[in-house]
Amino acid sequence: MKISENWLRQWVNPAVDSDALAHQLTMAGLEVDDSSTVAKPFTGVVVGEVLTVEQHPDADRLRVTTVNIGSGEPLQIVCGAPNVAVGLKVPVATVGAILPGDFKIKKGKLRGIDSNGMLCGASEIDLEDTVDGLLVLPQDAPIGMDIRDYLKLDDRVIEISITPNRGDCFSIKGIARELGVINHLSVTPINIEPVVATIDAKKQIVLNSKGCPRYAGRVIQGINPQAVTPQWMVDALTRSGIRVHSVLVDITNYVLLEQGQPLHAFDLNKINGNIQVRQALAKEKITLLNEQEIELNDDVMVIADDTQVLAMAGIMGGLHSSVTDSTTDIFLESAFFDPLAIAGRARRYGMHTDASQRYERGVDFELAVPAIERATQLIVELAGGQAGQVVFVEQADALPKRESIALTLAQVTQLLGYEVSEAFVTQTLTDLGMQISGDAQGWEVIPPSYRFDIAIKEDLIEEVARIYGYDNIPVKMPVLDVVLKPAQDRLTIQQLRQTLVSLDYQEAISFSFSDEKLEKQLNPDVKLLSLANPISSDLAVMRSTLLSSLIPSVQYNLNRQQSRVRLFETGLRFDASQLNADNQTGNTSVINDLKQIPTLAMIASGSALPEQWHAKAQPMDFYDLKGEVERILMAARLSATFARCQHAWLHPGQSASIVINGQAIGYIGRLHPSLEDSLDLGKTWVSEMDLDVLLQPYVSNFTELSRFPSVRRDIAILINANIAVDEIQYTIQAAAGELLIQNWLFDVYTGQGIETGQRSLAFGLLWQHPERTLEDTEVKEGMQRVIDALQNTYKATLRAS
Amino acid sequence: MANLLGGYFAVGKVLLILLLTLFRREIMSLDNLKNDALAAIAAAQDLSGLDQVRVQFTGKKSQLAEFSKGLGKLDPEQKKEQGAAIHAVREAINGALNTKQSELQQAALNAKLASETIDISLPGRGQAVGSIHPVTQVQERISNFFTRAGFVVESGPEVEDDYHNFEALNIPSHHPARAMHDTFYFDAHHLLRTHTSSVQIRTMETQDLPIRIICPGRVYRCDSDQTHSPMFHQIEGLVITKNTSFAELKGLIINLLNEFFEKELKVRFRPSYFPFTEPSAEVDIMDERGRWLEVMGCGMVHPNVLKSCGINPDEYKGFAFGLGVERFAMLRYDVKDLRLFFQNDIRFLSQFA
Repeated sequence: MKISENWLRQWVNPAVDSDALAHQLTMAGLEVDDSSTVAKPFTGVVVGEVLTVEQHPDADRLRVTTVNIGSGEPLQIVCGAPNVAVGLKVPVATVGAILPGDFKIKKGKLRGIDSNGMLCGASEIDLEDTVDGLLVLPQDAPIGMDIRDYLKLDDRVIEISITPNRGDCFSIKGIARELGVINHLSVTPINIEPVVATIDAKKQIVLNSKGCPRYAGRVIQGINPQAVTPQWMVDALTRSGIRVHSVLVDITNYVLLEQGQPLHAFDLNKINGNIQVRQALAKEKITLLNEQEIELNDDVMVIADDTQVLAMAGIMGGLHSSVTDSTTDIFLESAFFDPLAIAGRARRYGMHTDASQRYERGVDFELAVPAIERATQLIVELAGGQAGQVVFVEQADALPKRESIALTLAQVTQLLGYEVSEAFVTQTLTDLGMQISGDAQGWEVIPPSYRFDIAIKEDLIEEVARIYGYDNIPVKMPVLDVVLKPAQDRLTIQQLRQTLVSLDYQEAISFSFSDEKLEKQLNPDVKLLSLANPISSDLAVMRSTLLSSLIPSVQYNLNRQQSRVRLFETGLRFDASQLNADNQTGNTSVINDLKQIPTLAMIASGSALPEQWHAKAQPMDFYDLKGEVERILMAARLSATFARCQHAWLHPGQSASIVINGQAIGYIGRLHPSLEDSLDLGKTWVSEMDLDVLLQPYVSNFTELSRFPSVRRDIAILINANIAVDEIQYTIQAAAGELLIQNWLFDVYTGQGIETGQRSLAFGLLWQHPERTLEDTEVKEGMQRVIDALQNTYKATLRAS
Repeated sequence: MANLLGGYFAVGKVLLILLLTLFRREIMSLDNLKNDALAAIAAAQDLSGLDQVRVQFTGKKSQLAEFSKGLGKLDPEQKKEQGAAIHAVREAINGALNTKQSELQQAALNAKLASETIDISLPGRGQAVGSIHPVTQVQERISNFFTRAGFVVESGPEVEDDYHNFEALNIPSHHPARAMHDTFYFDAHHLLRTHTSSVQIRTMETQDLPIRIICPGRVYRCDSDQTHSPMFHQIEGLVITKNTSFAELKGLIINLLNEFFEKELKVRFRPSYFPFTEPSAEVDIMDERGRWLEVMGCGMVHPNVLKSCGINPDEYKGFAFGLGVERFAMLRYDVKDLRLFFQNDIRFLSQFA
């Protein structure tokens, strides 16, 4: 909310400067976002009176004027404004003046005629132009007065963000109240005298909704719609960021800003019969002031006459009954609507009005009558007219309760953590308009009608702290009783990240929502969870795979001349495959049926190693990626097998699922070549693994070291090329028994001399006994068992070694 | 070359034998012998040359050996004198031989090392090193502070229900505070969590008291420009215990900020509003230019929140705080545009290696 500092100071005027005032407000919870003068700094501009105007001899559009600025001889000033005329009072920038934008006014000649200054339009002194030409000042403007003083341009506009709990501060009056408490000053109230009825006209008012506990209305007739809004009101409104309209609208806005009470003026002659406040009927329609036609719901409260809806209560009036420039008779409304009857409705229709903003947060329920009197007073004073009597109706049982809240000094001290004085609590709460009784062992506190945020003792304690100043509360270190839980060994997420960094991967963080098109490209059968209100159509579904986030990141980098991109990301992927087709029914099982799976993803494109001097860059291949993944699994103390897999997005011949204890926990492989083509990618290697598996606890075991020598024997076999190496190794181990402590593949050969469909594999076998030196025959027999097993199981043949 | 050298030595050998034969019956003085030997040692060019010299002057067929053989013919007095003289000469020659040998060995080693010298300016071989995302680094830095203080790290779902994200946090459906959260919805009851505060509820629902947790994680708001990202990171903290206070909350937060920014900062707490805390505060720090920057929100846990999790607010108190990780990262690294954090431009990321 924007307010004028001058206006505020008319209500309460603490002896502090503008900056200190802004600081006080901020530290009281009314955060000042900005505070700046109405017009940017400038100097040397005074009120002047145009004495003579003559045509410039050499320029059609210029006039030569003499201007009285109250001191010395009249100034000769050449002026190009079309509206310059004898007798006008205008701002005059004198020689030496510095206007906004560091524009210096110097003595000069315009087409040969001396000019000693400049007559100013509004924009030249940082105000808004309303006419083409000079800013014409009222006739009573004192000649020679500094224009900043005359137009009060040093007044500051203070912009305050009001938190949703402080509806009471959406007015000059509310903010003045706060400033008064902080500075221990009383607030000067505006004298509101009831306007005595001079006509009989009135409307009956019927309250048919609990959402309207109080309603005051009055008829005013014979208003002069052409009356001009006075400058002081124009200034007050514009400096609060409200545009001026007509005198009637301006007055209701003025009272809204001053008192915080929304008012609405209906054109009396458009109302058929009497006024009732009720809930809308389902599908009832209204065309609003902003010409938007909307269909209402029965949870929206309306103001209606005998035939139709006139307004959305507390939100916006209807177009049909709105006042126009020719309206002379009005019905003026000043009501209290329950916040719960208003909240959320405006937003639902995409609206946000000054009235709804205040009603949602709570308007002082004692304000309806004073505010209507204040507005009537201003209308009669500024636009004439005759007022009827105020019709005031009330549903007392629907009014907000102001129940007393129990509070003790000990509670205040305990929650805030310092010794609070009893006197400070009673003083502060009293200053804030609360009724307080009892003593420190048991106060009873009743909040005022304008506070809607005080319901429990903690609310009162916050008030005490707020006025005391949060910054003045002493600082203590918490004493936390630590109960350490048993710590299990596991690969930590930090170690995992570090491992990936050592493997030359860079961590990426990308949005968890992605492009449905890309998701479907990767996996045509994927079931996705869609956002109802995505930020853009290409970020409309929750990703089922981190690839749909990482692929665009790779593309982004490739498009910026990066040839080698290696990224990893940890985050959730969203598996919607178990979701019912209809998740619109609002069943809470969505959270259970949707799998939100913490995942590690890797993606690599380009050479296996960065380009370097000693060897030609090799493109990355399957075994590079597999080696990296194996190192991660090793760090996690997991032993995995790799099995061929069929994933739509992977190269069927260069991909595998990662299997641990019979459970697939992820995959590695190359993107399907047709995907690489359509996505404009080179060979791209990808992997995803379940993060929870990688980070699960493990148990460390130690095996006693043997003191006896080990024996190495190698074996080379010819074997069907389709038989997986890990399977062969498993067979070797099973046949050899426990004296074989290690076996590894050290050569693979196909090609010349090897029949197609076969390959030569060479394994190293390391034998050792834990407690004695191995006998030669033991090794020999062991090797024979291995050879027999390989021959029997796979029809493998021994190669001459 | 070896042949040539061999030839040269062969010739030398012949000459020597000739000389020895010529003077066989002559008594060559021991002094002369010593001088010849030392000269020959000094002249040796390499280890094999020195070996030749060793054989020539100290071997079984050397003149010195001849002298020793001749001792037998001498009377005891002469024998003693001559013996000592021979011994001295042998010592001198051996000493010189050993010294020369070390010299030549050192020279040979030096020559070998010189020949093996390589260009150490060439870059090292192998894989480069990646980098951890700056947001993660900041998140870890903050998490570290809290884990050292005895906090446990918790996490929760990102697709949340309305209850955990709003209702249980004292934000009923028509509450104006909902307007502050530009929420991504899936349907009327499910949404992307707008803050990590939802993890507070899930933790209080399931864990024993006292509670002392932080929950770092992704949160989502339907808003996007230079200063707003539809996804960003928060760290939420929650302490529930029988006795704590606003003063302690202040102490912890000030400590965190001073540690994180590595200096004694000007910090201020000012009243604010969050439906789930009462009293509530925003925390500002002063930057180099004397401006206050809002860095986090905090407050004492609202009794309604405790109640909705089955905790008796008369028995237990608590405080909670939340901060935006990107905000801290922007301040720490002086990054001006929030969007850089989510573009995954490797030129940006590698700066945080």
